[in-house]
Amino acid sequence: MSVKDTSPTLEVRNLQTHFFTKAGDAKAVDGVSFSVGKGEIMGLVGESGSGKSVTGFSIIGLVDPPGNVVGGEVLYNGKNLVGLPDEQMRQLRGNRIAMIFQDPMMTLNPVLRVDTQMVETILAHDPSVSKQDALARSRDALGRVGIPAPDERLRSYPHQFSGGMRQRVAIAIALLNKPDLIIADEPTTALDVTIQGQILYEAQKLCRETGTSMIWITHDLAVVAGLADSICVMYGGRVVEQGLINDVLDHPVHPYTRGLLGSVPGANSRGTRLYQIPGMAPSLLNLPQGCAFQARCPRADEACLVEPQITEPIAGRGVRCCHPHLNAEEEIGA
Amino acid sequence: MSEKTNDTMLTVDNLSKNFVKKLDLAGKIAQKLGSNIREEVVHAVDGVSLAIPKGSVVGLVGESGCGKSTLGRMIAGILRPTGGDITYKGVSITKMSGDEAARAALQIQMIFQDPFASLNPRMRVIDIIGEAPLTHGFTTAAEKDSYVCDVMKRVGLDPEYRRRYPHQFSGGQRQRIGIARALAVNPEFLVCDEAIAALDVSIQAQVINLFMDLREDLDLTYLFISHDLSVVKHISDRIVIMYLGRIVEISPTDELYADPNHPYTQALLNEVPQLEHRGRDYKPVEGEIPSPLDPPSGCHFHPRCPHATDRCATERPELREIAPTRWSACHLNDEA
Ligand SMILES: Nc1ncnc2c1ncn2[C@@H]1O[C@H](COP(=O)(O)OP(=O)(O)O)[C@@H](O)[C@H]1O
Ligand SMILES: Nc1ncnc2c1ncn2[C@@H]1O[C@H](COP(=O)(O)OP(=O)(O)O)[C@@H](O)[C@H]1O
Ligand code: SF4
Ligand code: SF4
Ligand SMILES: [Mg+2]
Ligand SMILES: [Mg+2]
Repeated sequence: MSVKDTSPTLEVRNLQTHFFTKAGDAKAVDGVSFSVGKGEIMGLVGESGSGKSVTGFSIIGLVDPPGNVVGGEVLYNGKNLVGLPDEQMRQLRGNRIAMIFQDPMMTLNPVLRVDTQMVETILAHDPSVSKQDALARSRDALGRVGIPAPDERLRSYPHQFSGGMRQRVAIAIALLNKPDLIIADEPTTALDVTIQGQILYEAQKLCRETGTSMIWITHDLAVVAGLADSICVMYGGRVVEQGLINDVLDHPVHPYTRGLLGSVPGANSRGTRLYQIPGMAPSLLNLPQGCAFQARCPRADEACLVEPQITEPIAGRGVRCCHPHLNAEEEIGA
Repeated sequence: MSEKTNDTMLTVDNLSKNFVKKLDLAGKIAQKLGSNIREEVVHAVDGVSLAIPKGSVVGLVGESGCGKSTLGRMIAGILRPTGGDITYKGVSITKMSGDEAARAALQIQMIFQDPFASLNPRMRVIDIIGEAPLTHGFTTAAEKDSYVCDVMKRVGLDPEYRRRYPHQFSGGQRQRIGIARALAVNPEFLVCDEAIAALDVSIQAQVINLFMDLREDLDLTYLFISHDLSVVKHISDRIVIMYLGRIVEISPTDELYADPNHPYTQALLNEVPQLEHRGRDYKPVEGEIPSPLDPPSGCHFHPRCPHATDRCATERPELREIAPTRWSACHLNDEA
């Protein structure tokens, strides 16, 4: 279900990433498809364990055993990255595709000064840049993510920063080479709103000015509402609804999307009980037959015992449900 | 400051808490060698006053490190203030008898962010919930089992699972165990410190509903600490905003959102992501949250405030009443 069909930067087709554990096989990502156009920001949302991070790791080839990408394609500018030799993948990761992790220490090297790491990142991409220029660019990049006294900070080690500052350094490094694609995995979850605003500003600016495409992974629907062009909602390793951001948020048709939107405090008037989805997400090792959401779904019936496929009941919208809410008048929670 | 009426549950007067950051070995050696390095003092809570009406939900918000948890812990009796006073149901905690203090400690219960860290992993749920009510005579050894079952039902836990250990529950259920443990001693006042921050959206909604139901059923009063302004807006009657150890604004919820007075409140509300707010043009935020070890002079917010004047850099603005039931600490209100 692509949103901008003209030669997307990234097209993920029927991605399947499974973890082969002693307790059983977990289909962490099970047939996920989406595409992200040039300059487009896609929000990838879902609750914990729904497969958001594993989707991100699969795209950049960082799934470690017992996990494995067992099926599907990851087309980056038309080229399939699944099965690409490690060396080529590493090249791409440092340069054209960047990931910002929830834990900044996945990006930062604890034993190297920040300036060393930043200059290395720039030179790996373009060895013709002078050290002087690389340092100047590094300093600018730190300043742009709101780090005060960047000259001084360049000479610091990662442990000399607070958690929030460390995340901003990691983000500055990810943005350094103006990559074509950024996968940001809940990078602002631990940050305060004013700092989050600063980072959203930088991310948005990069996408608008250089045509960088971005996948913003989060459980926070309100952040995605303000930032993204399109949205993919995941549940139990599968995409259950996808489409343009306004379409999905204004007229969600999948019962899970509707439940999720309904339970956000801002969607309910003050002091009233929130709409709540009963129960909790099932374990991937113990999924019911058919639709993974059925135990919590007010619309579930026998038809849901057969795994629903993604359909396009409305133009531009992908939905994985036997009984989508296609009547616009229906109340959330009905 | 802050009206005190007969309906006041708890008041906080000019309350402060300092933490001394001790010198490490290198620091001590440097000091011996004549360096002017000194122990640093953090004014985590710096002269705050507020009143919490009985039966109300007061939301406490502010960015990390501004002193929310420290204030909450002093109110819950877990942390001893450096200065100032707390009055619970009309009696100052400094003047309470041993009995009175023990009773207050039971009546004010605290619920924490990380339910796992606050539950003993080697205790069964029945003992986690049942221990305190047994010790304090709310139940007997013979009736403990049914007492715990009742409390579990109240928070939406299946009493069948009372012999299990905390790790056998999901995050949302563990938070319910924490809530059940607090409720088991019949408290009147709950201090919830980021109590839903670690939970998924759908589970958050369930726990927020539980808090609201309990308030109705048990006539509880809450201090609800959260960095999430939309959650606080949803459940609070009034909101207290802190910045670097001080309260900058107190207001009934609707008025605060309709017409925030303090420039910091305005900046904060501006940044809150909202579902209805699509395709935003984010703006760079000016300045940086200063270090609590070395807060700016005068009004702590002056280096980031678009309205700052010379006076703001030298004189601390007092929190004062700007309208009935509204307080703000900003010099701009003097000119009005
Ligand atoms: N290293 C691993 N070993 C086994 N299973 C894993 C591992 N990493 C992830 N998984 C499985 O993948 C699922 C999805 O994980 P993840 O993508 O991290 O979820 P999300 O980012 O949406 O919270 C998890 O519920 C878990 O079952
Ligand atoms: N036990 C402690 N020892 C030293 N400093 C502390 C301690 N607890 C809190 N602080 C400091 O006090 C300030 C306020 O902390 P806290 O009350 O936890 O803020 P919040 O809950 O708003 O994030 C912070 O600067 C913090 O580092
Ligand atoms: S397929 Fe059935 S159970 Fe699944 S979401 Fe749709 S109606 Fe509900
Ligand atoms: S006192 Fe001055 S610096 Fe502080 S918030 Fe008011 S105008 Fe701004
Ligand atoms: Mg994740
Ligand atoms: Mg805290």
